[in-house]
Amino acid sequence: MSDVMIEARDLTKHYGTVTALKNATFEVNRGEVVGFLGPNGAGKTTTMKILTCFVAPSAGTARVAGADIFEDPIAVREAIGYLPESTPLYTEMLVLEYLEFAGKMRGLTGEGLRARLRKVVEETSLGDVIGKSIGELSKGFRQRVGLAQALIHEPPVLILDEPMSGLDPNQAAEIRELIREIGRERTIILSTHNLAEVQVTCGRVLIISRGQLVADDTPEELAARAGKPRFIATVQRNGQSPTDISEVFSKIGDAQSVKERDGSAPNELVVEVVPKGNQDLRADIFQAAVGAGLILVGLEQRGENLEDIFRQLTTGGAGAEP
Amino acid sequence: MKHILTIGGRQFRSYFNGPVAYIVICIVMLTLGFFFWKTFFLFGRASAREMFRWLGLILVFALPALTMGLLAEEKRTGTIELLITMPVTEAQVILGKFVGVLGLYAVLLALTLPYPMSVATLGDLDWGPVWGGYLGLLLQGSALLAIGLMASSWTDNQLIALFVALTLSVFFWVLDKFLALLPTNAASALEWLSFDYHFQSMARGVLDLRDILFFLSVTIVALAAAFRALESRRWS
Repeated sequence: MSDVMIEARDLTKHYGTVTALKNATFEVNRGEVVGFLGPNGAGKTTTMKILTCFVAPSAGTARVAGADIFEDPIAVREAIGYLPESTPLYTEMLVLEYLEFAGKMRGLTGEGLRARLRKVVEETSLGDVIGKSIGELSKGFRQRVGLAQALIHEPPVLILDEPMSGLDPNQAAEIRELIREIGRERTIILSTHNLAEVQVTCGRVLIISRGQLVADDTPEELAARAGKPRFIATVQRNGQSPTDISEVFSKIGDAQSVKERDGSAPNELVVEVVPKGNQDLRADIFQAAVGAGLILVGLEQRGENLEDIFRQLTTGGAGAEP
Repeated sequence: MKHILTIGGRQFRSYFNGPVAYIVICIVMLTLGFFFWKTFFLFGRASAREMFRWLGLILVFALPALTMGLLAEEKRTGTIELLITMPVTEAQVILGKFVGVLGLYAVLLALTLPYPMSVATLGDLDWGPVWGGYLGLLLQGSALLAIGLMASSWTDNQLIALFVALTLSVFFWVLDKFLALLPTNAASALEWLSFDYHFQSMARGVLDLRDILFFLSVTIVALAAAFRALESRRWS
């Protein structure tokens, strides 16, 4: 088997007159964790449903772990562990009962099944709720049951549709950690509209907008591609007016724009300096502050964040002011 | 085959985790008891004919309640997506669901066994028609369950599935009840399509291959229609 685990070619899907997906082409290699990013209704879920052979594309095709979605859907499904949007589970079943069912459906039996059950229950920390009915569980635990059933047959590919939506920050952090753990040995595609999620979890981002792929890059490269660096300086005010202070930094030769706002402490002012090109202005900012007798208490460089790029790419390029 | 049994077993067990199975079983047993004993001592005959007559009718109304959720509820909650994206074919899903509800139906039929058994203690019961009657109930039940499963595959609303299944079931049951009003040719055609006509003939203890084939054909056609409906999802 080659190292390309998922290969989508010109995937197109029409629902009636609506085009949900248009010519999506991408590849995902073994061991990659790819974030699928886009506003609601952009085509993320449709792509995932096509890859899991739940719906067929109107045009184009895809291969998962070497099997074609039209020619061998069973082999495709065998290679995939899938967590659909909003984690639909049989709420009347007990956690253990359900995982047993999922294991049997995946062809596991006897001692092999028991060993895998023990493993996934441990991986997803479900030990305490194993005898409860799924309907009684909190959203976070349900999500873990969903992940556990997706992992039960040790699939090489995991497809997770919005695995972190609807969770509180603690639960989301746990699930994120779990996904990162799992992702060490597996190929994962996860969809989300939470940008921070992608930046911490994924090594690569596919941004989709109105059914079309508009970006395919690492989070860092995306940021570098779309935005200039910014420099955030925090200075003590000592009675000087904000405009006076920003005046000091405006004099830096390569500075394009300077904005100031109140800092977190009462005596502090935060100044944001954007360079004309890609210059590193940290030294200039330090010298300007020293020259004007200002006490510099903080200085950092920030790339444009994913959120800005996301907005630019998914709103038809209308410039999003950082 | 293993997948069919796994899906069927899960379905069967989940009936007992919810109220539907208990409610349907209770209602069937209570109505049957009422109608059967009401007239049993009046006739003063050691026969289970009346039980099959009533049961054949009661089940026409009761079985759609067992099948209404089979696929409709899975579609509403989205669990169908997890089920289908496991390595199974649509045919295995349909057959698994059918096997699951058929298992519950078998339990229901087994619960009526005390009727012929107690009749046998009261007099000399001819067991031939009893077994014929049970075979008839099983076959008519298969057809009704398959029709219910088909109705459930058409919608994601249990109540609509129930209504459609009830309408079809009652329609096929009632077909031979108004034959006197029709010309002879139409009458015999309708009679042949009627569930009750084939069922009553089996309940008399007459094992006719045509009756068996009739119910099996209806079952297969309805299951095939359910399969088509489930599969069409891919191309919508």
